[in-house]
Amino acid sequence: MPTGLNDSEIISKVLSGDQQAYAELVTRYQNYVFTLALRFTKNREDAEEVSQDIFIKAYRALADFKGNSKFSTWLYTIVNNTCITFLRKKKLQTHSLDKEGVFEVADSQDSGLRANQVEQKSKIAMVNNAIKMLGADDAEIITLFYKSEQSLEEIAEILGLETNTAKVRLHRARTRLKEKMQQHFSEEVKDIYN
Amino acid sequence: MEANYRDMDERLWNYIDGASEVAERSAIEQLIQTNTEWKAKYHELLEVNTLLQSSELEEPSLRFTKNVMEEIARLHIAPATRTYINKRVIWGIGIFFITLILGFLVYGFGQIDWSSSDGKMPVDFGKIDYSKLFSNTYVNVFIMFNVVVGLFFLDRYLANKRKKFREEI
Repeated sequence: MPTGLNDSEIISKVLSGDQQAYAELVTRYQNYVFTLALRFTKNREDAEEVSQDIFIKAYRALADFKGNSKFSTWLYTIVNNTCITFLRKKKLQTHSLDKEGVFEVADSQDSGLRANQVEQKSKIAMVNNAIKMLGADDAEIITLFYKSEQSLEEIAEILGLETNTAKVRLHRARTRLKEKMQQHFSEEVKDIYN
Repeated sequence: MEANYRDMDERLWNYIDGASEVAERSAIEQLIQTNTEWKAKYHELLEVNTLLQSSELEEPSLRFTKNVMEEIARLHIAPATRTYINKRVIWGIGIFFITLILGFLVYGFGQIDWSSSDGKMPVDFGKIDYSKLFSNTYVNVFIMFNVVVGLFFLDRYLANKRKKFREEI
């Protein structure tokens, strides 16, 4: 049940021994963390496992959160590091997923979408599907910028980059997303632009 | 041509993100109003931006929070790094090594016979007998000291691990 406390107040409660207060932070950020993890792992089971691991790590290291940045920025740094470690362990490619399998998925999603009327909901579904086709790096930066309420400076801090590099990376990710949309959902894209 | 498009894209994304300077903003506004290509591109990118803003977050299973809370019930918050990394110890180690290097340098320069150099290098590096250097008692004592310190820290590390393991059980 939401308590109306802000992140810092909840953290103070947890640090002073109220372990149950942490549940509120988990509830507050679980969708953001899970979405980011899913961008890396590409499957829900792994994403759920990684997300749990992230919240456990964050709990263990909570005393190290100094409050210089937002809790979410600190948490997403853990997300980024844990997901990279996960990918290394799984030996998955972090770059472009322009592989046959993905195209097959895309085509089936594409034909499925074409059958429907292109309304706002299916447009959103199309964007979500296009994001899934991106490489983990691109999908992560787009999710951080649009869904996780992080400024470019904060994104740069999370990813360990210069702000300008993060900006360029975001531009490139959006360009690649647009290309994916045009490549796999051309009809819908035409409707949107007209 | 492609570079121009990339430049246009980048400038328009900056404009849409609100990251452009005032002068750049008015220049882009002017371009959008007067140039059909810029206008079309702007609307295209704006639409992508709107769609991205309205894209949805994924949701984990309903038991997610419960699972996390069950896991952390068995754990404790680790003490803050700043509480167990003592700055004085780090400074002490730094000063120790700097003093050691300075000591070696002073000792080394003290061994050089500057008066007999005649403009040449005062030391013939090819003729240095390194075996003498490493059989020196001080060097042996220094190496021994480091080995003992190394073993001490290894013991501490293993004892901590054992303690942690017992706590978890």
